[in-house]
Amino acid sequence: MDYQLIVPYIPNLRRYARALVGDREGADDLVQDTLERAVRKFHLWRPGDLRAWLFSIMHNVFVNQLKARKVAYEVEMDEIAAPMSSVTSTDLMDLDRALSAISPDQREVVLLIALEDMTYAEVGRALGIPIGTVMSRLSRGREKLRRLMEGETPRSALRIIQ
Amino acid sequence: MTAEDEKLRKLLHQRFDSVLEEPIPARMHLRSPAWIDYARVAAIFVAGLGIGLAVPLLRPAPPKAPPAAQAQPMPALAARAHYVYTREKRHAVEVEAADQEHLVTWLSRRLDVPLKVPVLAKEGYALMGGRLLPGTDAPVAQFMYEDASQRRLTLYVVGKKHKQPVTAFRFIQEGLVNVFYWVDPECAYAISGEIDRNELARVANVVYKQLEGE
Repeated sequence: MDYQLIVPYIPNLRRYARALVGDREGADDLVQDTLERAVRKFHLWRPGDLRAWLFSIMHNVFVNQLKARKVAYEVEMDEIAAPMSSVTSTDLMDLDRALSAISPDQREVVLLIALEDMTYAEVGRALGIPIGTVMSRLSRGREKLRRLMEGETPRSALRIIQ
Repeated sequence: MTAEDEKLRKLLHQRFDSVLEEPIPARMHLRSPAWIDYARVAAIFVAGLGIGLAVPLLRPAPPKAPPAAQAQPMPALAARAHYVYTREKRHAVEVEAADQEHLVTWLSRRLDVPLKVPVLAKEGYALMGGRLLPGTDAPVAQFMYEDASQRRLTLYVVGKKHKQPVTAFRFIQEGLVNVFYWVDPECAYAISGEIDRNELARVANVVYKQLEGE
């Protein structure tokens, strides 16, 4: 097992996690858990696309964390609704809010495509979903992000999570 | 990709690309899987023997504990220090080469040995500066060099209190990092680089000759 092979991917995993989770602490916890799991499972990796393999591990860890934190997550969504309806601030703050208001499924696809420049096939492998699902989540995710950034309150996202 | 999609892509990069430049937190580094495995075996063994007092000392670290660097051989520590600090853009060194006199005085005092800084200009590497690092049994000095294409080398020096056995010139590869090292009665040295082994050997020989006074 060569941990050094994984190290070069840490900055990318951290960037993706930051965008996915929102806060720095939570994102780095996600990265840490992912790295630990990757080290434990390294014997299962077959020489090939190490990046996709690492992101697929991060996806699994993320899904598990979401399940564990479902209640907390819903509370967070309620809190987001209030500031969203008020006056818009900068684009970037709107982006943060909008990201946290779309469903995690869509967020993953949008971010892997935009930040990691993954192909649909790579995203499909990383998330364990068919390419058709990648495309539909991508278009719905992008659409919703745009609408949220234009000032729509994230009510629809609440419904999805429940 | 539509223009709107492209705009969103740019916005996401603008918002999150800075994370790529952040130094990697220490807890994500230096995690030696072998060490974890040994510690786990040790924990099970000790628990099996029922030596209750020893269990808290030997059981595997909880996930958030800082990585344990003990029991790592000197050249492996040098390789990891190389890996961590050569990736720094703004804080690659603690004291820059412009302050070389201060750098050498300071590190010589901390390592309790008069240090020499090899000159590698002929090999195409300029001194960037250095820093003090903790070592397993003595403080460590790390000097960093850079060539015109920004490839970096580090020289890792453990001072007088090192407990390494005296070793002739040796080579190890630790992940992506190649390391030549040797130990004399005074200091332990390791020169690390992510460059071709033969090229590193050439530079390492020059360093060896300058330091061992041939």
